[in-house]
Amino acid sequence: MSYQEDVRREAAKLLDEKTVHLFIGYADSDLPLKTAAHAIRSSADADQLVWNPACTANLAALLPDLLKRPEGFRGEWEPPKVGILAKGCVSRSIVGLIKANQIPRDALTIVGIACDGMVSRHWVVDQLGTAELVDATIDGGKVSVRASDGTEKTFDLDEALAPNCRVCTHRAAVIHDVAIGEAAEMDVDEAARYESVRAFAEKALDDRWAAFEEEISRCIRCYACREACPNCYCNECFAEETEPKWIGVTTDLSDLMLFHLGRAFHQAGRCVDCGACVAACPQAIDLRLLNQKINHDVQTLYGGEVSVSLEQPEPLLQFRMEDDEGFMTDPG
Amino acid sequence: MTDKATIQAGWEPRIAAFLCNWCSYAGADLAGVSRIQYPPNVRVIRVPCSGRINPLFVVKALQSGLDGVLVSGCHPGDCHYISGNLYARRKFALMKNLLEYVGIEPNRVHFSWVSAAEGIRFAQLLDGVIESVRELGPTTKMIKKLEAVQ
Repeated sequence: MSYQEDVRREAAKLLDEKTVHLFIGYADSDLPLKTAAHAIRSSADADQLVWNPACTANLAALLPDLLKRPEGFRGEWEPPKVGILAKGCVSRSIVGLIKANQIPRDALTIVGIACDGMVSRHWVVDQLGTAELVDATIDGGKVSVRASDGTEKTFDLDEALAPNCRVCTHRAAVIHDVAIGEAAEMDVDEAARYESVRAFAEKALDDRWAAFEEEISRCIRCYACREACPNCYCNECFAEETEPKWIGVTTDLSDLMLFHLGRAFHQAGRCVDCGACVAACPQAIDLRLLNQKINHDVQTLYGGEVSVSLEQPEPLLQFRMEDDEGFMTDPG
Repeated sequence: MTDKATIQAGWEPRIAAFLCNWCSYAGADLAGVSRIQYPPNVRVIRVPCSGRINPLFVVKALQSGLDGVLVSGCHPGDCHYISGNLYARRKFALMKNLLEYVGIEPNRVHFSWVSAAEGIRFAQLLDGVIESVRELGPTTKMIKKLEAVQ
């Protein structure tokens, strides 16, 4: 079901009422099956906003830069009032950012939207072989695409769904001021959610390493995954730190691996599996390979899903005396 | 894993040990002043607290060509800073599991608690760690192959 009209109406209303200075949503981009984050400041522009299964970006990633006191700013900082369209994962990222003191809750008007999952553009492109995707339309549960060699294909939305959306547990926003639509109930148990982790861990050690090498070797270090991620708000990323210099500016595979291990580890206890990094990757690297492993461990060892409520403490900012020591050498 | 036949003769594992100032480093010190022998394959790096150790240190050590890494701090409840080791325990559990998941031999990376009174235990722990790394042979994964530009 499409709620595009409701999104436009709600955005226009908030802007007209002057509840918000700007509204962040999605707009069509130049590429088929890809939308871009888009901010509007006037209700006249509301018809630029779209809502469809290509809205993969995590809009929460824009908030810290918008709302944080600019560097060197003197005097009383009044953050702009921002309206934001939030599907389930975006709302969870907002919860995480609020808890990390990166954004103030009262500057936000969260328009929650029921999400039916997003299309994996990488999967669709894969189906076209070497031909390029030139046109796509999404209508009535089907996505029809045309390739540069003239072939046309139609897929069910269900088969083209992004892997993270298949195991999504929160399709409706976990916090919101306004809600649009009703999300379907999701029945995903923990085993199904982490099936990919289990399958990968079952391989032999050296096969896992070979697969990891193969995946990471495609990285061109554009850092699009970092830019797309709402958790990557550090003023200086470890990838660019020079004291100490974590990552050499080389083409050595170990430097790429260090970046990806570090990036994944920095998401520990904060990743909501929104899939924005995967969608942003121009090389179609399966970044969830690492993220989901850490998500799995955080959930099974330290309990619960992260960033589903403002009250819940962060898993890595707390401990229990009886935490697991199975990984240790001769504990005791 | 390295084939044992290809291990060069005379190869000895090199291991980095990150030891917390208050317990494990003092434990290593006690082993020393008590004249307890432990293998010389270890390079000790003293840190204020196991909570100070960025898990990336471990990955970076492996990338730099060390064959194994040992991280050690105070026993739970004994941390000089009250709870640094307990936060560290969560971080290291996740990092060690992640490294094993991507295919790094589990015995390359060791975590353990050593108190200031456990000089003998420190020596035994090191014996065990070095033996397990020796069995694996020289590190091949994660190691940086390009020479750093000087």
